[in-house]
Amino acid sequence: MAPRKIHRYRIHFSKSEAIRFTSHLDLYRTWERTLRRAGVPLVYSQGFNPRPKMNQGPALPLGYTSECEVLDIWLKEEQIPGNILDNVNHVAPEGMRIQSVQEVDPRVPSLQSQVVAIDYEVTLHKPPLPDDLQRSVQALLNSKKLPRQRRGKDYDLRPLIESLEISHQDKGRVTLRMILSAREGATGRPEEVIASLGLDPTYARIHRTRLILEAE
Amino acid sequence: MIPEDIQRKLDRILPTVQKPGRYTGGEYNQVVKDWSKTPTRVALAFPDIYDIGMSNLGLAILYDIINQQTDVLAERVFAPWLDMEDALRRESVPLHSLETKHPLRDFDILGFSLPYEVLYTNVLTMLDLAGIPFLTSDRNEKDPLLIAGGHATYNPEPMAEIFDAFVIGEGEEVILEIIQCLETWKRCGGGRKDLYKSLAGIWGVYVPSLYQTSYQDDGRLSHIERLADDAQIPVIKRIVPKLPPPPRSLIVPFVDITHNRFPIEIMRGCTRGCRFCQAGMITRPVRERTIEEIIEAITEGVANTGFEEVGLLSLSSSDFSSILDLVREVSERFKDHHLNISLPSLRIESLSIDLMDLLREKSQRRGFTLAPEAATERMRELINKPVSTEQLLNTAHEIYTRGWHTIKLYFMIGHPTETLDDVQAIADLCKAVLAKGRSIIGKRARVHVSIGTFVPKPHTPFQWTACDRVEHIEEKQRLLKRQLRAPGLKLNWNDPKETMLEAWLSRGDRRLGHVILEAWKRGAKFDAWQEHFNYQVWMDAFDYVGLDPHFYTHRERSIEETLPWDHIDAAVKKQFLVEDYIWSTEGRTRRDCRDHCYACGILPGFSDLRRLYPGKTWECPEPQSPDRKKAETIPQVQV
Repeated sequence: MAPRKIHRYRIHFSKSEAIRFTSHLDLYRTWERTLRRAGVPLVYSQGFNPRPKMNQGPALPLGYTSECEVLDIWLKEEQIPGNILDNVNHVAPEGMRIQSVQEVDPRVPSLQSQVVAIDYEVTLHKPPLPDDLQRSVQALLNSKKLPRQRRGKDYDLRPLIESLEISHQDKGRVTLRMILSAREGATGRPEEVIASLGLDPTYARIHRTRLILEAE
Repeated sequence: MIPEDIQRKLDRILPTVQKPGRYTGGEYNQVVKDWSKTPTRVALAFPDIYDIGMSNLGLAILYDIINQQTDVLAERVFAPWLDMEDALRRESVPLHSLETKHPLRDFDILGFSLPYEVLYTNVLTMLDLAGIPFLTSDRNEKDPLLIAGGHATYNPEPMAEIFDAFVIGEGEEVILEIIQCLETWKRCGGGRKDLYKSLAGIWGVYVPSLYQTSYQDDGRLSHIERLADDAQIPVIKRIVPKLPPPPRSLIVPFVDITHNRFPIEIMRGCTRGCRFCQAGMITRPVRERTIEEIIEAITEGVANTGFEEVGLLSLSSSDFSSILDLVREVSERFKDHHLNISLPSLRIESLSIDLMDLLREKSQRRGFTLAPEAATERMRELINKPVSTEQLLNTAHEIYTRGWHTIKLYFMIGHPTETLDDVQAIADLCKAVLAKGRSIIGKRARVHVSIGTFVPKPHTPFQWTACDRVEHIEEKQRLLKRQLRAPGLKLNWNDPKETMLEAWLSRGDRRLGHVILEAWKRGAKFDAWQEHFNYQVWMDAFDYVGLDPHFYTHRERSIEETLPWDHIDAAVKKQFLVEDYIWSTEGRTRRDCRDHCYACGILPGFSDLRRLYPGKTWECPEPQSPDRKKAETIPQVQV
């Protein structure tokens, strides 16, 4: 018997509030259960412990929110993307919202391998004086090297920062925008940038706004 | 502190703690009602971390029942892990509910689930973090009503000065009566004492402040007396005559928890009567759900939650009357849904070849867990678990033959009169099972051995016996460690000092509460977690309070002695327990009471209920049927 054709769909979704503290790994289980509730016909792996075939985009660190998360799913049957969207949103947990669904060619490489950089918006809840902030942003951009340590490993943060700017500033609320490298083995983390600016990352809310893909 | 402020502080705290998903709430199927429009608010608390509390079916059942009521809301709260506790203290955030982040002080009722005893110090931590006074005598009308339920409350005395009221028995109906009682009291006004008195009138509710205990010079309890007419002696346990419909929905956690599945209780109670087993004594009568009801609940439950595994739960699931039909029906019904069936608590006698074959096809088992508990005929007869070595080896043969590699074996040491020969037999039996496996599948065969230590629990035939001494337990464990050190064998055991704590808390009287408070003040917390249990703190607390720990654990009690839990009636007659205790010393066993009623006292105690719910609702014989009449007479025993 010829293998049945399987269909691959790409789900674009946002992650906010309560669910922002669900890790990348735990989110797989949340997705599996959400899709099961929605009655989406997932393809399962064979073997002792069958797992649904799913693939998430680059891991979103714990506590971040995002409006540009991506999940690829493989289905046994063809579905109308709009139906997937409606059915899933109907049973999605608070904080997980599907924006769009599209069918993609099963041969397209994984999203994770295509992403080169990620755009972040960082809201500072205890911002420094505007001039001070401007000066430290400038100093950071002018530096040739930013030696830092993460989990006991020395690395240079500077080449991972593709852009950094103050995008919004008014009384008590300041937003930074930064594009950081997200290549394999060269991933910049926004809280490292915030710490490099001499600010306390626990007063920052980090939001992912855009995945930048390799130009094809 | 208002919820908005708590939320703001949490936003900063959560990124700094381990597994912050434990503290966010917001999971799928959580129930959030309008706080300001819901007059009666209940916080359901579990005194351990989220991962464990969320796996507790009792809590989920009450959450479901309460939230189905209009005008009442139930929210959850769990013990914060140490890092979170520190953060809450540092930032002065009061302990609050997951759903709406209201401080516990803002609730009308704070209900703790106490399935086992070693959680007691965590109750204190949670009250402390909530800013609620520990002692019932220190709380006033503004504080929530503090209640507890669960198996540990069958000896409520150690926590008697802390909780306002205990539920003895099954909570499904009584929780609503308690809520109603509180609502009436709020409407009519009155002091806290008035509330206590009306609560004491509810079947299954024990209000400890309405009782007073007196002691003899040697420290033994002399008697327990009522301080109010409303207080009952004894307090008879509450049961639901027929198991109510199971929850059709369940909160789906974001983070992984201990039992991450859709649970359904297929049966309550157990007909086997193992003499060490408290659950088997206090959950009588045995009541089963029908296959139709179970299938219906799973169908809805799985659709509502998306869980990929269903747990068919009970104390002894293979004893369920039509277990084969049930497993077959569930697997047939969900064969295209990748639904794994988990069937824990299997009994060697009723784990049939047919059931194994079914499970091989339908569930992702890695192996089987069997609990022979003892390895010599004498010990098996003593504990009333007469499973023969041959039977166990045959079962092991069938398991290994079917391609499973691992068998887990549970044993218990420290039973009354146990000798080193009895313990040696455990080692021999484990090796025999491994040898059986090797002969079938070679070196892949594994035997994982878990060695528990017996604690004589209240309301069991062994309630009068003494605990084994720490040095004896250690000697027995040394023997097992020496003997069971071979490839293919894995051995687990408990620190005997942890067993002592469990024994003190299980068997203690009202005075023990002072030890618990003192131990907490000296830093005792998460005692159920090996790495946090501190024996010395407890010894110091005993010393400070002036009580002898051995008094509670190493003293065989005479049958005439008034036991601290004697005013709590589990509906199994004391006379029956005495007889069974005597039988144990004579090597006499009682087989499955489905086949023969031994007149434990349940039927005469609840004869009206049994008449109202005849037939298959209970596994007990029907009182009116003449051919079973014999069963009703209780054999008299000379004490």
